[in-house]
Amino acid sequence: MIEAEEFETVAETTRPHRLQRVLVLVLIAALMVLPLWVYPVLLMKLMCFALFASAFNLLLGYGGLLSFGHAAFFGGSAYATAHALKVWEVTPELAILAGVGAALVLGLAMGLLAVRRQGIYFAMVTLALAQMFYFFCLQAPFTHGEDGIQGFSRGRLFGLIDLSDSTVLYYVFAVVFVASIFAIWRIVHSPYGMILQAIRENEQRAISLGYSVQRYKLGAFVLSAGFAGLAGGLKALLFQFATLTDVNWHMSGEVILMTLLGGIGSIAGPIVGAGLVVTLQNYLATTGFPVTTALGATFIVCVLLFRRGIVGEFRHRLAVRRKP
Amino acid sequence: MTMIFGVPLVVLTGQLLIGLINGSFYALLSLGLAVIFGLLRVVNFAHGAFYMLGAFTAWMLGQYLGLGYWGALVLAPVIVGLVGALVERTMLRRLYDLDHLYGLLFTFGLALLLEGLFQHFFGSSGKPFSAPAEMKGILRTDFVTVPIYRGWVVVASLVVCFGTWALIEKTKIGSYLRAATEDSTLVQAFGVNVPLLLTLTYAFGCALAGIAGVLAAPIFQVSPTMGSNMIIIIFAVVVVGGMGSILGAIATGYLLGIVEGLTKVFYPEAANIVIFVIMAAVLMVRPAGLFGKEY
Repeated sequence: MIEAEEFETVAETTRPHRLQRVLVLVLIAALMVLPLWVYPVLLMKLMCFALFASAFNLLLGYGGLLSFGHAAFFGGSAYATAHALKVWEVTPELAILAGVGAALVLGLAMGLLAVRRQGIYFAMVTLALAQMFYFFCLQAPFTHGEDGIQGFSRGRLFGLIDLSDSTVLYYVFAVVFVASIFAIWRIVHSPYGMILQAIRENEQRAISLGYSVQRYKLGAFVLSAGFAGLAGGLKALLFQFATLTDVNWHMSGEVILMTLLGGIGSIAGPIVGAGLVVTLQNYLATTGFPVTTALGATFIVCVLLFRRGIVGEFRHRLAVRRKP
Repeated sequence: MTMIFGVPLVVLTGQLLIGLINGSFYALLSLGLAVIFGLLRVVNFAHGAFYMLGAFTAWMLGQYLGLGYWGALVLAPVIVGLVGALVERTMLRRLYDLDHLYGLLFTFGLALLLEGLFQHFFGSSGKPFSAPAEMKGILRTDFVTVPIYRGWVVVASLVVCFGTWALIEKTKIGSYLRAATEDSTLVQAFGVNVPLLLTLTYAFGCALAGIAGVLAAPIFQVSPTMGSNMIIIIFAVVVVGGMGSILGAIATGYLLGIVEGLTKVFYPEAANIVIFVIMAAVLMVRPAGLFGKEY
C-alpha cells in the first residue's frame, strides 16, 4: 500500500497564474532564439531528456507510481524508430510514429502486469520486466546486439523538409517538445488527471467512490510510456543510432533522478532536472570523474536533504513567504 | 550413457547443479532482502552492491593483506556488515517515517555510488579469485561431476540460510525481531532498544549479502557490475516469493535457480529471461506472490 500523502508533491492550481503565463511565453521565445548562442544538438538532447522526464513524472508525480522500467519505452522506441528509418525507409514522422506505437504496445503489456502490484512491488516488477526486454534486445537479430542500429539518414519530414540540417531539425524538435509538454499539462489538469491525483492521494477512497483504480493507473502507465517513446524516437532521430544503452536499467535510474532533482509532481520540475543532469553528465565526461558515482551521490543528497526538488523547494519558499 | 528426455544424464545433473549454485546465491540474497524488509520496510536496492562489496573485500584482503579464503570468508562479511551499520546509522534511519519509495530510491543511489567508485578505482574487468587449494579437485561419480568448491557453496549456503531461519524463529533475539516487525512501538515500550535492533538487522542483512559475495568470488570473477546484474534477478525472485516469509524467500531462491539451470538444457536462448517470465506468470495467476502477504 503506497502512502501517497507522505509524498512531498507540490499542489498545483488549476488555472495558471498570470506570472506563469508570462514565464511560459518568455521560455518559448527563448527556445526560439537559443540556438543562436548554444550548440543546437545539445539543446535537442536536453529536449529529448526533458520530455522523457516529463513523461516519467506524469506517472510518478500525478499517479504516484514509481516505475523503474522506463528505459524499455525510451530505448524500445529508439530501436523501432531506427529500424523504420533504416530498413523500411519511411519518412521520419512515420518512423517516430512507429516508435511511439511500439512504446504504447510495450507499455500496455508491462502495465497490465505491473498494476497488479502496488508501491515498492510495482517498482520491482517494472524493473524486472524492463530487464527482460533488455535481454530480448540483446539477443534479437534486428537490434544488432552490441553494435546497435546505426548508419541511416534522417530523411525528409513529410517527404519535403530535409532534416539533415541541424537548425531545421531544431525547430521541428522545439515544436514537438512544446506541443508534448502542453499535452501533458492538459492531461494533468483534465478530469482524468484529477481522478488520477485523487487515486494517488487516497486509493481506498477513490475505489469507494466507484472509480476502477486499476484502469486509471494502466491508462497513466500507457500514456507515460507513449511520451517516453516519443522522447526515445526523437533521440534516435537526432543521434542517428539506437543502442543497448537506451534500454539499460541505468537509463531508468537517470530519468528518476532527473524528476527527483527537479521536483516530483510539477510540470517544470522534470525539465529543470533533466537540464541539470544532462549538463552534469556532459561536464563530467570531460573531467574523467566517474559519472555513475556522481549520479549516485546526487540521488542520496536529494532523497536525504531536499525531497521537494529544486522547483518544489522554490515554490515552497514562495508559498511560505506569501502566508506568514 | 544414460539419457533422460533425450539429454545425457551427466549434462542434466550438471546443469541442475549449476542451477542449484545460482539458486544458493538467489536464496542467500533474497533472504537478506526479506529480513531487512520485514523489520525496516526498506527494499534494499544496494543489496547487490553489498554482495559486490563482499567479493571485492575478500579480493582486497587477499591482495593487500595476504589473507586466505577462509580468513576472508569470516572477515569480509563482518566488514560489509559494519559498512551497512554505518549507512543505517548515518543516513537510512532518517527515511523510516517517509514513504517506502524513498528508502528504495536512497539505496538505489547508494548502489550507483558504490558501483561507480569500484569501477573507477578497479576498472570494469573481472579480477580472478581462486578457490582454496584443498577444494580445487573434482568429485566424479557415474551420474554427476561436481567441482568440490561448487558443492561447498551449496552446503555453505544451506547452512547459512537455515541458520538464519533458526536465529529468527528459535532464539530470544529473533523473537524480539519478530515482535518488532509486528509492532515496534509496543516492543520499544517493553524496554527493547528498537533503534539498535534496526541497525543490527540492516547490518546482518548486508553481511548475508557479503557472505554470498565471498562464496561467489571464486566462481564468477570479482567485478564492479556483478551486483547490479544480480539485484534485478533477486527482485524478480522476491516478487515471485513475496517478502513476507523467511522460508518462502529461501525456497523460491533455490527453486528458481534450479528452473533456470534446467532451462539452459532444454531451451538455452530463454535461460536469462526465464525467471522474469515466471514472475510475469505468477503476477497473472497469483499477484501477491507464492508465499506473499500484500503490504
